Amino acid sequence: MMRARQIVATSGLVAVVVWTAGARVGAQEKPAAAAKAAAAKPAASNAGQVARGKYLVVGHGCNDCHTPYKMGDNGPEPDMTKFLSGHPADMTLPPPPQPVGPWIASVSASFTAWSGPWGISYTANLTPDKDTGLGTWTSQQFVDTIRNGRVQGHGRQLLPPMPWPAFKNLNDADLKAMFAYLQTIPAIKNKVPDPVIAPPPPAK
Amino acid sequence: MRLPRSRVSVRGLRTALCLTLAAAITGVVTVATSAPPAAPWAPPATLQETGLYSDWATKTVAPGTLLFSPQYPLWSDGATKTRWMRLPKGTFIDARNPDVWLFPVGTRFWKEFRFSRRAETRFIERGPEGWRFAAYAWNADETAATLVGENGLRRSVEIRDGVSHAIPSRADCRVCHEAGPVHILGVTALQLSSARDPNAPHAEMLPEGAVDLDTLVARRLVRGLPPAVTSTPPRIAAPTPLSRAALGYLSANCGGCHTGTGELSSLSFALNYTLNRRADQLAPAMATAVDKPSKFRVPGMPEAINRLCSGHPDASVVVQRMASRNPLVQMPPLGTQLVDEEALRLIKRWIAEDLTPSASAASAGVRQP
Repeated sequence: MMRARQIVATSGLVAVVVWTAGARVGAQEKPAAAAKAAAAKPAASNAGQVARGKYLVVGHGCNDCHTPYKMGDNGPEPDMTKFLSGHPADMTLPPPPQPVGPWIASVSASFTAWSGPWGISYTANLTPDKDTGLGTWTSQQFVDTIRNGRVQGHGRQLLPPMPWPAFKNLNDADLKAMFAYLQTIPAIKNKVPDPVIAPPPPAK
Repeated sequence: MRLPRSRVSVRGLRTALCLTLAAAITGVVTVATSAPPAAPWAPPATLQETGLYSDWATKTVAPGTLLFSPQYPLWSDGATKTRWMRLPKGTFIDARNPDVWLFPVGTRFWKEFRFSRRAETRFIERGPEGWRFAAYAWNADETAATLVGENGLRRSVEIRDGVSHAIPSRADCRVCHEAGPVHILGVTALQLSSARDPNAPHAEMLPEGAVDLDTLVARRLVRGLPPAVTSTPPRIAAPTPLSRAALGYLSANCGGCHTGTGELSSLSFALNYTLNRRADQLAPAMATAVDKPSKFRVPGMPEAINRLCSGHPDASVVVQRMASRNPLVQMPPLGTQLVDEEALRLIKRWIAEDLTPSASAASAGVRQP
């Protein structure tokens, strides 16, 4: 019981699932492995929310940038072993090409590294890994990130091509559903590099 | 692994992705949503329509509009700022919590930013649904101020050396003003106290005609303050004038977000100076920052571990982040592009002189009864 309480205090929404599951089976000591399994499987209480979140994550194309692409039999396709884990930390890239004429942006073949007037951005790890992903985030921090276009709602600005100006129009319930779903996918340890942010344009 | 690069337009990048990129660059919203929120408030198209001035040509402020000046100003890259508020007739501010005032629906605030000329005037209104935010950019000859779009304006008036003032997006207005329980950051019992701190960085003399706490209470525009606040003008309790100024600066510039509550509560980090606490309690900054480890690591500064490292300014994460304008490091993360050198000197001196282990750090910031 105490272990379940500690997990609740430290791991956000997933932990709420653990707590709910623990409460249903009674006040018993819950082994870590069982707690982990419960975390991976949404409890009935938020299964609908998770399903809605999956629908939104899939339908809004999160996979297009946050899952690295690899070359497959059908051309570039997402590497589902790295599902939504962002730009691979072990991928070495040369400097991006200089823009030519009206072509102002470049993208790596993985679709996870982007270069343009904003600098160089790397897509984030959206898995629930506690050290490198969203594992310690709260649902509200996720909502605030999309709503405000800033990391955890208050930090540095999100950079293109993250379409937060579009996604911020989603309502809170939908954004929280997306977060609930993201907390159920396999955690992948992948520390995405910091972006390189271009200086602001000079004064006119 | 080394991967080939490709331009946005080459094969393999799907049309939808290109549209997404274009939307992100241009700010154009293209994705339909299943349940859009209710129609938002539409800000007036011009500053003139917000009712600040009764005579636009002479810039005469409308009757009932109160000029005010917080004793610890927020650093805005050296802008000269003028602030006003107006309460609906017959209403008052509920100040039972001296740190978190409650404003009646219809209350309006304006703040004008000047560099070489007027750059912008910000407007905040208390609506029935919550706070409303808008910003108005002045034209070059200062004859008109028009509504800035939702995404703000990165290149406003030049501050100096090619650096432009940036008018914030409406989202950024909310980031600062809705981060904690205090939504109007410069309007509290401490900020408007008549016991103004002469050592506050960028301290202003109270402008002629401006109201302070005493006048607001006397005019019954502020009601319900605890007797401890009305009997003596509130001030930061600190062992030295230096500590007082440092705690005041941190409260005004960092304590809007770092309140130890809300979405940042997991940091257990509060820099807001509160009057509403027990007399024997340390100021939040003293309790949560001095020799307390930071979760942030400053690149290239492995020795900077503690938020405020007693006696060692350069090993203090707060100092390093104040001194940076790298977007990944800087604090505050928005609203400023130039380091506040005057405040940086003050905070460094405070850490070096007042936060030495032998100093009475344990008593600093304990509120005087």
